[in-house]
Amino acid sequence: MSDHEQRTPVSLTGLSADAPHLQPLARRPQMVEQVITVLFVFGLLFTLLFGVAFVQNWAPWTLGATLGTGMSLFGIGIIAWGKYLMPRGPFVEERHELASSDAEREAFTAAIVERGGGVIKRRKFLAGLLGTGVGAFSIVSLFPWVRSLGPMPKGTLFHTDWGKGSYLVDISGRRVNVSDLTIGSLVTVFPEGMEHTDNGQAVDQTVLIRVTNQDFTTRKGRETWAPQGYVAYSKLCTHLGCPVGLYEQELELLVCPCHQSMFNVNNGAVPTFGPAPRPLPQLPLMVDANGFLQSQSDFHEPVGPGFWERS
Amino acid sequence: MSTSTTTRRANPYGKVGQVINELDDRLGIAKGGRTLLDKVFPDHWSFMLGEIALYSFVVLLVTGIFLTFYYVPSSTLVVYHGAYLPLVGQKISQAYASSVDLSFAVRGGLLMRQMHHWACDIFVGGILVHMARVFFTGAFRKPREANWTIGTTLLVLSIGEGFLGYSLPDDLVSGTGIRIAYSIIESIPVVGTYVAFFLFGGNFPGTVVLGRFFILHVLLIPLALLGLVGAHLFMLVQQKHTQFPGKGRTEKNVVGTPMYPVFMAKTTGFLFIVGGAIALLGAFAQINPIWQFGFYEPARISYAVQPDFYMGFLDGILRIWPAWQFNAFGHTIPLEVTLPTVVFPGILFALVYAWPAIERKYTGDNELHNLLDRPSFRPKRTAAGVTMFVFLATIFVGSSTDVIANFFKVSLNTVLVEMRVLTFVLPALAYPITLKICKELQGFSGAGKRKTTNIVTRTEEGEYVATPAPVYVDDAHHELDALPVPTFVIEDDELVVSTGVRRAER
Repeated sequence: MSDHEQRTPVSLTGLSADAPHLQPLARRPQMVEQVITVLFVFGLLFTLLFGVAFVQNWAPWTLGATLGTGMSLFGIGIIAWGKYLMPRGPFVEERHELASSDAEREAFTAAIVERGGGVIKRRKFLAGLLGTGVGAFSIVSLFPWVRSLGPMPKGTLFHTDWGKGSYLVDISGRRVNVSDLTIGSLVTVFPEGMEHTDNGQAVDQTVLIRVTNQDFTTRKGRETWAPQGYVAYSKLCTHLGCPVGLYEQELELLVCPCHQSMFNVNNGAVPTFGPAPRPLPQLPLMVDANGFLQSQSDFHEPVGPGFWERS
Repeated sequence: MSTSTTTRRANPYGKVGQVINELDDRLGIAKGGRTLLDKVFPDHWSFMLGEIALYSFVVLLVTGIFLTFYYVPSSTLVVYHGAYLPLVGQKISQAYASSVDLSFAVRGGLLMRQMHHWACDIFVGGILVHMARVFFTGAFRKPREANWTIGTTLLVLSIGEGFLGYSLPDDLVSGTGIRIAYSIIESIPVVGTYVAFFLFGGNFPGTVVLGRFFILHVLLIPLALLGLVGAHLFMLVQQKHTQFPGKGRTEKNVVGTPMYPVFMAKTTGFLFIVGGAIALLGAFAQINPIWQFGFYEPARISYAVQPDFYMGFLDGILRIWPAWQFNAFGHTIPLEVTLPTVVFPGILFALVYAWPAIERKYTGDNELHNLLDRPSFRPKRTAAGVTMFVFLATIFVGSSTDVIANFFKVSLNTVLVEMRVLTFVLPALAYPITLKICKELQGFSGAGKRKTTNIVTRTEEGEYVATPAPVYVDDAHHELDALPVPTFVIEDDELVVSTGVRRAER
């Protein structure tokens, strides 16, 4: 098969039928024909089997197996035909220079510059006016393609649906009582009434953890925020907004499964590891007369990942 | 003209001849058609890599059209009453419900979905290896810079197309991916929140994004891809193929097999093999089992999931980038997001786009090139390419820090620190090592060929004499022989006095 490389390439045109370049590569073409026959016969069989598998509604993998095997067998057969039974070559084709002659180039450039340019140059004012118009049109016509797409962000990103006295409810809408969680367990909570809305799910989602039996303070100035050891943080990672869905109970770390940021529950969810730059915002909590948990107010800072407008 | 057509002698080729007569009278196809049939394609296995991309694109179009008949791009919640029993009675989005039913209730649907996903991974992978071939052999040089630009655009578009595609089923994994994409857009200074709100029609998740992703994925980007693939192939025909140096091969010709019928047979067979391989993968290798992930709710998340491979380098660099945040003058720039996912890919692709111009500036080489380089004869280019590959591969591995930590039972912290170090160390090692290997390879002209044996003979006097056997017949070709060093390149520190061309390093 190597003699392909050794023979001098010839042009395709003007070859006699017995020219060596037009002979097949195979030394024993009959043998290759037999192999290809077998490939094609089995290719046909598998193709028909695909039809049967489809009509009989066999398992999905049988569809792919029959189709894929049939196609592959045909493919190998066709390539073998092309490689071993067709003219072995090699053939040569001359490249024609892509570039035009100097005269053609000049004539073309002249046509652009003189014919078209001349027309414009003589009417500079009109051309300038038209250019300004086209420019203005192309900018103005973009407006609907941009502005109509969605609302302005305005203050949307700065507040959530949490407010003074919002009851904490779980995903089924049940209010959370101080007796509900054992120490070390956690639940995802939403402001009451928002648990099945897009905004409630995507923005308000908050993780409630019971860390101790006592009131405890995560940071200075948050003395009243975690009554009876219940502490609540926004569940939106400050890195890219994934839900911080993993809790390492012994180390009291919230872990984001997306890029492994870790937040220490005890000191105000300050990131201890990973790419997250800011603590998770803490939700100030209080307990009503019946022992149900409520929020004192909204988060004191925007939740989720960083953006230009936040300070 | 009318007289000449009537006085023509009859075409001796029967029915085919008649059809061609009729067509040629009206369209004049014979002359150009003959040139096309005689077009010569050079033979080399590496020219097949681009065909992998082209033919998996064909599979993508065919399977994709099938999928559009069943998929519903809507996030409206419905109560599921379909074929997949664990979901029955649950409130899920129409997009997810239709994707699950497409897999279980539509005959052949699961195969089509899996083939579509596999074809996508093979498409992007095919583009990447094809691009590597073009880069390392210098096929991007003048006159083919524009085609390099088109190819790079095809890569960018197909990565985006892939992301949009795997976002559509609205399963838990893809929903998280969209959430991350939203946050990345939001992180762009000044305009980020506006772009995110306009694209998603409001704050995440909004209700319009699936519909918008759908029309981008099934119409706009495929149209752009089709147009650019057409332009890519048109330029290839216009400029003709590059080829490796060899017997009878010059800058001014192409040596190989003609379009009709030899190349046509080989390439059609290859189309069948690519399609067949994708069908077999779709049958036996499960990919993206969305019914196992569950439907997307923004407050839920899955663990140890990675995006498709072509997004891995971005996910990896996000993980190993330190938590830098710029915060001053009442504004925040989330550098921990903006730098790795906006600035870094921007620089990366700008470098790829600009490479032909950079190399031309560096070597001062403004000639037309139709013969390809052996990578070892361009050590600096090869080393630069290998360095970039090693860097991207390292940050790609970085996207599995959690999996690595679990697998080797080491702390996540250790893995992260090691990945940060390796990101700098491995590329820094790759460059000099590649350079050295290239220069070593240049040292002997038989590189890439088998060593010949020595034939030991015993003379009548009892003396043993070793003589080298002739070169293997298979190795006697010239393709891998050393190239003459072009005049614009000179050896390391030796000055070439005679030519007077500008000095450049090799």
